[in-house]
Amino acid sequence: MNRQERSVITLSHVTHVYGKTQALDDVSLEIPAGKMIGFIGPDGVGKSTLFGLVAGARKIQSGEIKVLGQDIGNDKKRKDLLPRIAYMPQGLGKNLYMDLTVFENLDFFARLFGQGKAEREARIKTLLKATGLDPFPDRPAGKLSGGMKQKLGLCCSLIHDPDLLILDEPTTGVDPLSRRQFWDLIRSIRKDRPQMSVLIATAYMEEAEGFDWLAAMNDGKILDTGTAEELKDKTGGGTLEEAFIALVDDGKQVKHEKLALPPYEDGHGEDPVIVTKNLTKKFGAFTAVNDVSVEIMPGEIFGFLGSNGCGKTTTMKMLTGLLPASEGEVKIFGKTPSNNDMEFRHRVGYMSQAFSLYSELTVWQNLELHAQLFHVPDDTIKPRIDELLRRFGLETHKDTLPSSLPLGVRQRLSLAVAVVHEPEMLILDEPTSGVDPVARDEFWKLLIDLSRNKKTTIFISTHFMNEGMRCDRITLMHEGNILACDAPDKLIADKGKKTLEEAFIAYMEEANAEKGAKPDSSAAGDITASVEDDKKTGALLALVQGTRRIAAYAMREAKELSRDRIREAFAFFGTMILMLVFGFGITFDVENITFAVLDQDKTPESRLYTQALEGSRYFTEKAPLIDHADMDHRLKSGQITLALDIPPGFGKDLLRQKSPEVAVWVDGAMPFRAETAGGYMQGLHYDFIGRLYEEYYGEQVALSPVSIEPRFLYNQGFKSAYAIVPSVIALMLLFIPSILAALSVVREKELGSITNLYVTPTSKFEFLLGKQIPYVAITMMNFLLLVLTAWLVFGVPVKGSFIALFIGAFLYAGCTTALGLFFSAFTGTQIAALAVTAIMTLLPAVQFSGLMQPVSTLEGVGAFIGRIYPTTHFITVAKGAFAKDLDFAELWPSLRALLISWPIILAAGIFFLKKQEA
Amino acid sequence: MQRSVKNIYRLGIKELRSLYRDPVMLFMIIWAFSASIYIAGTSISHDLHNASIAIVDEDQSPLSLRIRSAFLPPYFKQPDIIAFQDIDEGMDLDKYSFVLVIPEEFEADVLRGRQPTLQVNLDATAVMIAGIGSGYIQNIVNDEISRFISNGPSTSQSPVDMRLRYAFNPNLSSKWFTSIMEVISNITMFVILLTGAALIREREHGTIEHLLVMPVTPIEIMLSKVWANGLVILTATAFCLWVMIEGVLQVPIAGSVPLFLLGTLLYLFFASALGIFLGTTARSMPQFGLLFIITILPMNLLSGGQTPLESQPEWLQHIMWFVPSTHFVSFAQAILYRGAGLDIVWPNFLAVSVVGLSLLTLSALAFRRSIAA
Repeated sequence: MNRQERSVITLSHVTHVYGKTQALDDVSLEIPAGKMIGFIGPDGVGKSTLFGLVAGARKIQSGEIKVLGQDIGNDKKRKDLLPRIAYMPQGLGKNLYMDLTVFENLDFFARLFGQGKAEREARIKTLLKATGLDPFPDRPAGKLSGGMKQKLGLCCSLIHDPDLLILDEPTTGVDPLSRRQFWDLIRSIRKDRPQMSVLIATAYMEEAEGFDWLAAMNDGKILDTGTAEELKDKTGGGTLEEAFIALVDDGKQVKHEKLALPPYEDGHGEDPVIVTKNLTKKFGAFTAVNDVSVEIMPGEIFGFLGSNGCGKTTTMKMLTGLLPASEGEVKIFGKTPSNNDMEFRHRVGYMSQAFSLYSELTVWQNLELHAQLFHVPDDTIKPRIDELLRRFGLETHKDTLPSSLPLGVRQRLSLAVAVVHEPEMLILDEPTSGVDPVARDEFWKLLIDLSRNKKTTIFISTHFMNEGMRCDRITLMHEGNILACDAPDKLIADKGKKTLEEAFIAYMEEANAEKGAKPDSSAAGDITASVEDDKKTGALLALVQGTRRIAAYAMREAKELSRDRIREAFAFFGTMILMLVFGFGITFDVENITFAVLDQDKTPESRLYTQALEGSRYFTEKAPLIDHADMDHRLKSGQITLALDIPPGFGKDLLRQKSPEVAVWVDGAMPFRAETAGGYMQGLHYDFIGRLYEEYYGEQVALSPVSIEPRFLYNQGFKSAYAIVPSVIALMLLFIPSILAALSVVREKELGSITNLYVTPTSKFEFLLGKQIPYVAITMMNFLLLVLTAWLVFGVPVKGSFIALFIGAFLYAGCTTALGLFFSAFTGTQIAALAVTAIMTLLPAVQFSGLMQPVSTLEGVGAFIGRIYPTTHFITVAKGAFAKDLDFAELWPSLRALLISWPIILAAGIFFLKKQEA
Repeated sequence: MQRSVKNIYRLGIKELRSLYRDPVMLFMIIWAFSASIYIAGTSISHDLHNASIAIVDEDQSPLSLRIRSAFLPPYFKQPDIIAFQDIDEGMDLDKYSFVLVIPEEFEADVLRGRQPTLQVNLDATAVMIAGIGSGYIQNIVNDEISRFISNGPSTSQSPVDMRLRYAFNPNLSSKWFTSIMEVISNITMFVILLTGAALIREREHGTIEHLLVMPVTPIEIMLSKVWANGLVILTATAFCLWVMIEGVLQVPIAGSVPLFLLGTLLYLFFASALGIFLGTTARSMPQFGLLFIITILPMNLLSGGQTPLESQPEWLQHIMWFVPSTHFVSFAQAILYRGAGLDIVWPNFLAVSVVGLSLLTLSALAFRRSIAA
């Protein structure tokens, strides 16, 4: 280890601000290398921000950060640094892809770091073995328990042998057994790679005690650093938790007393509030909750402890009536909860596991909305909210949006919302997950107050053993079964252990032993695969690795798509259905023009005139008109498009050669149709004159000195199908691919996996191109399907060069998917991406691309858009190839336009996409 | 009942607040009802406009020169004079929509009364323009020839005259048509998008579940979305009609705007019910996106707002009759262009309401089922 790397990270004067909130305030710190480094402190003090900056996921606003001796603020250096850093963001499996299997997730990350096939497989094998995930390589990540997700996340982080591992609250929300296994794993990895530094943020003080070096943070500042012992000595605190509380604020130290739970007073023969008998819930073949029977008394705090996915949440949902039970029964307040029982809902407060308040409403607005919906009388709403704000310490956040609040504060808000209507019973699903110790104690004070003073029954699930100790009774749950249910002290005594955690682990191991499953963490010794690096060097290696990354994103996208049956089916057959509808439905043939006659003459001559219309295939006659009012009415209502008004005396005047005049009214509401109808009418009028001469004078007259012979090129029957089918193909290859491509990026933004772009050596180009490939492939398959439909169903074969058409479609698919990616760069939510893509493709494609009328006839903005929009060029290619029998050379100008557009649009997308979070 | 109304009102306020926090969405709504309408109204013309024409003049006579100079903007671009062998290339590459061929000895044949033939080549893949354009060309040529023969304006006495007038839009200005049809298609699009996507977002963020443990029924949740999003779109529509259509684009509105807004209100029930229906059917936003495109495109293109309904095959017309957007287009045209009153459009209103309410009921059932599962 050279001198430079004595400290793995050096921060100097780092400041970071979100809007008005100061996340980091002039932080300067040297972090020693080769150690387990813990960051402790309440939520929202800037730990996650600091980690994001160090990992290169966030852009540095001010100050300088040196990671592994290099400046991470420098884009070029960062690119070299990223392969040496691994970052696991906060939240269970936040960087994983839930539709992908365990193996596929690992494989994806290995490819992002440009590893070859042999290397990948060797590494994945060792990692799976070491983490005990090897029995389930084919299980989708979404179906793993929380602990397993975190292990998988760790595997994904370790795939490239990083020198710096950054773990942001890796064990939050994970059961004690998994947590223990997780730390064992980290320790054995470190034994193997002692030079690796590990940076960890944690809410568990017991865990932090085991770290080599700690930094205590508060309010965007570093309070103190040193080993756990040093910190304890400095403050004179007995435990790290106490030491930390002392550090946070010396003045408050005295105020902070140990939380005391007044003993539960047995109800005097009261009926239990919650009774479940043999409660069971099955999802298909999977039993989520098995045979749960409990009785909970009024005012009792009843704890539910267990690993993730053990059925706690499902049980709670059955208690609230959100889920019906498969077997067994639930009685609450002596009644079975039903979906429609509004009275019941008034008496219950529920706080679900995930934060589920409206992130678009401020703290105050959220509280107000819930108070109103629970029908708290209007005049008491304000005092009630004020009181809650005060009690839950939310006054300063009153007008803030929840999304900008730290997790702990958000959880307090959730609880405030759950009690806003003073329910008799509270169901709280892991309310303190991710909340720091100080805030957690505050939270429990509120709960104890509610329980003992207001006799609110509290049903709570948690991972924290010290919280379990505060319950009157707890239930230990594992894989849908109750392992034990009693007062916490009694459970510990039963197993002869010292702490609840040990007792719980004992219960779990007992249950696992019965099933014969035991994760094998002993193999963790050999974590690093000794695989030779690629022999290639320099530019060639970079190229190979880049290609692998593109392939990684392409394959991942394709797999995800293939797992979503509905999306897949629509992507393939949606276009064909639309093509059928449009092929038959869109037509500019003006036919079936409805007309009616107001014949005020009623002579053979007037009838002769009418017959001219009746005989035309373009016109359809409706009942005769009675008078002008009728004519007006029927034109207005759209019942007829054309009205013919023959004046009285028409026949007489005609015979006297006095040139009578008929009046024709055409509904001008749809101009092009009106114009065509008018043209037809003119023709018929001349027809009539011709017939008139023939019948009355027996002579043929040439009305025109010339005859004009129209020659309809490319479409002899002058039928719309020939014109429409190629255009419809162009539309179909635009909307669906662009929307799918846009959503694929924005979805990652919304779900958080975009972090993988930020912290891996993936370039923006590789990311977008990788995303594009599967959608271009689908679009091409679509294209072939559509060409086949055009030929077989509509009888419109490709007359010209199929090769040119195929190449055109390929380039066009590149353009349309790139357009989607381009729009995704500006949008943060899927709904906005959908709206932007729909608006920005629908109008230009339908109106300005030559579908309705040639681009050359457009004006202004429309003409400009029409000229540059890729659809215009593809329509030219499609029409050329389908109808005009053109060959490759003749289509080249349009192909060239598409060939140029693709890289331009993609480059714009790359330009606007961010490689770091703000 | 009163509680229910209060709940619906308050949840609706929440919807409005949510929308207010989404700047991209707000911008899109404003864009869709202002700039987008303006672009559609001013850029597209359905009548013959700037059509590209080329003339092969093998006669080179005074008459052929006259005909050549008769093709004038704004209907036609300045004609290109090309050689006969260039016709195919010009047409193939979309350079010309029309090529008129004036044969040798044309003038002489006309004067001798031999009725010579003029050939008009049309690019029939541009169906709309080809049909209208050929009529224009015939009229222009005929006019010029008769003027040439009589050496003045045509005075030849016809046994019958026909006075052709276009009702409601005397100059057949297509601006009137395209701008209002654009409004209609944007109304449909945004209501479906707002309600449906808002629903999916609530589900993806888990807030729906949260609502359901409160004394709020699914119907109330649904109706709150209907009124709130409906209000936004209705306001945008009213603004668009008065400010954009009447003010900026100078399109005269024949009928009563309030009556049209009333009809729009009825239509909004349908559109938001459809949005909720799609939102409950789709399990994720990408799925919703696909469903959205698959429903919005046919509704947009086949309701009579873009292409004539009467020319569709009969089976499709029957299907489209059940789609309220068809009635929406129909009454929009009746009220806004033709000045129709309630006495005329009530059947459309009725049809929209009946289909809308049925779908709303269906959506409510689907919605309840989807959250029970």
